[in-house]
Amino acid sequence: MTTDSIPVVRTTCQGAWWRGLPAGLAAFVLLALVAGPAWGMPQEAAPEYRALPFISSRVLMWAVAELHLMFAAFVLAVPMFALVIEFIGYRTGDKRYDQLAYDFTKLLSVSFSFTATLGALLTFGLLVFYPALTQYLVKIFSWTFLPYVLLFFLEAFFLYAYYYGWGKLSPRLHLFIGLMLNLVGTAIMFIANAWLTFMNTPNGIDDMGNLTSLWEAINNYTWMPINIHRLIANVAFGGAIGAAYGAFKFLGAKTLAAKAHYDWMGYIGIFVAICALLPLPFAGYWLGVEIYAYDQSLGITLMGGTFSWLFIVQAVLIGNLFLAANYYLWLSMARIPGAERFRGFIKYLLGVITLCFIVWATPHSLVATVEEARAMGGSHHPILNVLGVMSAKNTAVNLLILTTYVSFLLYRRANKEATVSWARIGNWIQFGIFAVVVIYVVFLGVYGYFVDAQTRIGLSRPQVLSVLFAMASVTVIDLFLFKNAKSRGEIVWGKISARSQYALFFLAITFTWLMGLMGYVRAGMRQHWHVYGVMRDTSVDAFTPTLGFAGGVVSAIVIVFFLLIAIVFFLAGLSGRKDWTPKSGSRWNEEETTVSTEPA
Amino acid sequence: MNLFVLLGIAAVMVLIQQVLTRWIQLNRIAWLGIWWVALWAAFSYGINPPLPNSIIVLFMAIITIALMAYLSADNEELEEARQSIVRFMVAQEYRIALVIVLLVIPAAVAAWTYASMNEAPQPPSSGRTIHPPPPSSITFAGNSIDLATANNPYRELEHTDEAAFAAHVANGRRIYFQNCFYCHGDNMQGAGMFAHGYDPLPANFNDATTIAMLQESYLFWRIAKGAPGLPSESTPWSSAMPAWELFLTEEEIWDVILFLYEYTGYEPRAQGMPH
Repeated sequence: MTTDSIPVVRTTCQGAWWRGLPAGLAAFVLLALVAGPAWGMPQEAAPEYRALPFISSRVLMWAVAELHLMFAAFVLAVPMFALVIEFIGYRTGDKRYDQLAYDFTKLLSVSFSFTATLGALLTFGLLVFYPALTQYLVKIFSWTFLPYVLLFFLEAFFLYAYYYGWGKLSPRLHLFIGLMLNLVGTAIMFIANAWLTFMNTPNGIDDMGNLTSLWEAINNYTWMPINIHRLIANVAFGGAIGAAYGAFKFLGAKTLAAKAHYDWMGYIGIFVAICALLPLPFAGYWLGVEIYAYDQSLGITLMGGTFSWLFIVQAVLIGNLFLAANYYLWLSMARIPGAERFRGFIKYLLGVITLCFIVWATPHSLVATVEEARAMGGSHHPILNVLGVMSAKNTAVNLLILTTYVSFLLYRRANKEATVSWARIGNWIQFGIFAVVVIYVVFLGVYGYFVDAQTRIGLSRPQVLSVLFAMASVTVIDLFLFKNAKSRGEIVWGKISARSQYALFFLAITFTWLMGLMGYVRAGMRQHWHVYGVMRDTSVDAFTPTLGFAGGVVSAIVIVFFLLIAIVFFLAGLSGRKDWTPKSGSRWNEEETTVSTEPA
Repeated sequence: MNLFVLLGIAAVMVLIQQVLTRWIQLNRIAWLGIWWVALWAAFSYGINPPLPNSIIVLFMAIITIALMAYLSADNEELEEARQSIVRFMVAQEYRIALVIVLLVIPAAVAAWTYASMNEAPQPPSSGRTIHPPPPSSITFAGNSIDLATANNPYRELEHTDEAAFAAHVANGRRIYFQNCFYCHGDNMQGAGMFAHGYDPLPANFNDATTIAMLQESYLFWRIAKGAPGLPSESTPWSSAMPAWELFLTEEEIWDVILFLYEYTGYEPRAQGMPH
């Protein structure tokens, strides 16, 4: 594949550092106008809350915080895989990887400005609308603010140095800057995570809420699980948005070379997203276990109480994610010669995915009419009941992950024919590993119904480890199995249906929706507490919104996010356009002609 | 499971594949349609007691998406399916069949509408939350009990003084049969003599998803505070559970909790642990 015809202009994105400034100032002025009357009043006791006309301040802060989080996740994730791709390009000397990493990086500068602007808006909003809460959090975490701000400056420096230094700096220095960008970005996220996890699972304080240990407050029950969960989820999210950008460019590409490049970009983006998606349920499960361990009330609110229905919505979205990811891989086989011999497997893979999807999405408490409930003998169906609990869910998600891995394995093998003498035995060993692990995972799932809750929770660990073992060992065998393999033909990048690109859009939207939904659940499970068990929410909004309202707000946030991402895509795409030239006969042309013909 | 129906559906599928296809060539769309109908029939009539309609709709939505994905996962198959639809719409030989289909679709919709309008009126169904979240602490006889850290004070006797533990369990048994079994039943299946009068039905403690998943402090809260102590979120709870703090002592409530676990054979969920 060549990238000669892919237009890359690296000098048209100048001045990006100040893009966030006018928007930030505008936000400040807006908030000043809203809060102006309160600020102008004589000094009395500071109010605990301030209200907005037309819209609840809670909904506004909800939307701003979520949008900030989405852009921050994207800005943190893209440098991670961009750096890896750049490193591959550096090691192999293949310029295509360098170009691909740069294409992903192009999305960063505007996104970083949006992140900063939304972050400023969030900070101002907290100060104006929730002054008492902000004051309390400042009291607890004041020592963390200085490193946070310093790291933020460093992130700005490294991010723009990484972007503008592309091709200008030595490759090693550039890679080092990319590494520093990742480390600084991760450290920023860890600090911010300490603040928000403290609100859910406060620690390091006395009975009166006074700080006794800053480290304990930071290292609360959910800090590290959230750090890990977000780190992985950010990569999945960033990969999916990057893939959507590839799909956007693919659909608008005019040349075969451009189509090939953006097809490849979409594939790499979604490959990154799927790789991160596979361990994500395990990280989520760990977070859930920690929440339960901190306080059963929070755990029950989350999984069995008020928010349990949102987990059914989550299950439907995750099931769709797995289905769409597999669907994309199956469609991708069209570009690989020799893949047709694996088509017959699709129906079996789809069968397993559908079955696991159904188990994953089956609620524990059913929506039933009185008549239906009486026929069932209560709120629980005697057969479906067993599918509604964690033993079944864990088994289903582990099998979903294994099935997706098999789809990828088939994709990887599509144009290869093993030439090693032990190929047949190797295949049987791989099949044996899969069979044993599947039986073991199902056995543990069933066994979970016959043991106490603590043992059942512990069973998830061998399930996860056995699935990871299967994927790792089969991959290692596969690498040796297809070493010096005979090729059935090169992958024809760009030879793929438009449906696959819409699948990439679907994946990006679903990831974003899921993120918005789970973000709401994580914050909302505190219910009428700002800081759980320490600082009560006494505002007029101290109630849990209905599921429909919450779903509507999350959906609106997702729409706004994609409108903003469309701007990011548009601006990133400008750098690839040709320089503007006046049309012949236009006023601009005439002026230029006039100037050039004037005597010196 | 209604095995008779499920076997019948499987037999029809085998018949279609082995016998019908000798005379009629079925394309992929037809096969997917047959699979859809077969699965719908299996979910609707093959499981006993019947699944609620909301679950059938959820399952069939997933299956529809999966079948659509299968149809479109292969470019050649999709093109063939598209061409067969176009052929059916425009070819002279299918004109009568097309007219029949065009008449059957609105007729089926009309029949479905008629049937649903003739169903007996029912109160609207709603998603009910089963596990109410407990507060962080409660007061019992003037004393505050922290539910996050409270333990059954008699649980440790199980290992230190078996006779004393057995006495507490026996006391719990007495209390249960004096107060609880009228609703929760003599074998704790939620089928006591008053159970038929309640909606929702009393909790079934033999179900692995009730007390087996909960800490003892949670049970203490539910027994002590009953329906009046349920949280304001996720209402209406529709619970008839009395507040037993008005009738029982703290020790009696812990004893009856010991008995519930002893009788069902479940272990209570442990507190804390990971971090």
